[in-house]
Amino acid sequence: MSVKLSTRQVGDVTVIDAAGRITLGEGTSALRDAIRDSLGAGHKKVLLNLGEVNYIDSSGIGELVSAFTTVTNQGGQLKLLNLSKRIQDLLQITKLYTVFEVHDDEAAAIRSFA
Amino acid sequence: MENWDADQHSGSPRIDAVYDSELKSVDTAEAVVVELAQQMGFDEDELHRIGIAMREAMVNAVVHGNKYSGVKKVRMKVWSGGESLKVVVTDEGSGFEISRVPDPLAKENLLKESGRGILLMQAFVDEFQVRRLQPVGTEVTMVKYLASR
Repeated sequence: MSVKLSTRQVGDVTVIDAAGRITLGEGTSALRDAIRDSLGAGHKKVLLNLGEVNYIDSSGIGELVSAFTTVTNQGGQLKLLNLSKRIQDLLQITKLYTVFEVHDDEAAAIRSFA
Repeated sequence: MENWDADQHSGSPRIDAVYDSELKSVDTAEAVVVELAQQMGFDEDELHRIGIAMREAMVNAVVHGNKYSGVKKVRMKVWSGGESLKVVVTDEGSGFEISRVPDPLAKENLLKESGRGILLMQAFVDEFQVRRLQPVGTEVTMVKYLASR
């Protein structure tokens, strides 16, 4: 299964709920499109919920980095929510845990954008 | 840890497959190796690591090595038995020197979109080797040992 993404708005924060696998191909393209759509709609506060993502390869990690830099360069913020142990491990191995702001509580994450 | 060269895996591979240079091959090869690893008794976390390492090796071969060429192939050989799994993935690309691959953990490379595949392979298998072939191609060898039971 590739990734499934759904977007919802909580106040001025766009929450993207992701599920499945973020890997080279459909997974990375879908994430890129979702970020582009959010920015295109003028929504620059993005919370990416990875709670149901069980697999990310190096291309998926690269897409997360790309999303982060794209949003940041447009004056926005991208934060991560609900990382599984496996995704946490990947971010530790790649030293990206210090780059991303990571939350495990959605309400607190939403408030952190204020 | 056993010495790979001295064990029983120096014989014929259990799987010897040739794939087209397309993303579908990445999924197929990953699934084949993970299924075999599961039969060998690797636990869920190890299967996840083996799957990612396999995926990265295949993506390297298909995308960076063969550059999706319609004529170049990726060959995967797998040996299994005893307490270990060995996979060799070979492409027909122009090859690369691992020492010239930028360190993805260096501060200046941390926010680059690509370049983490080798890091993940090294992190997720017990033995990892890249060899440039002559006249063309790259051979990636990965070995994973079953944890002591």
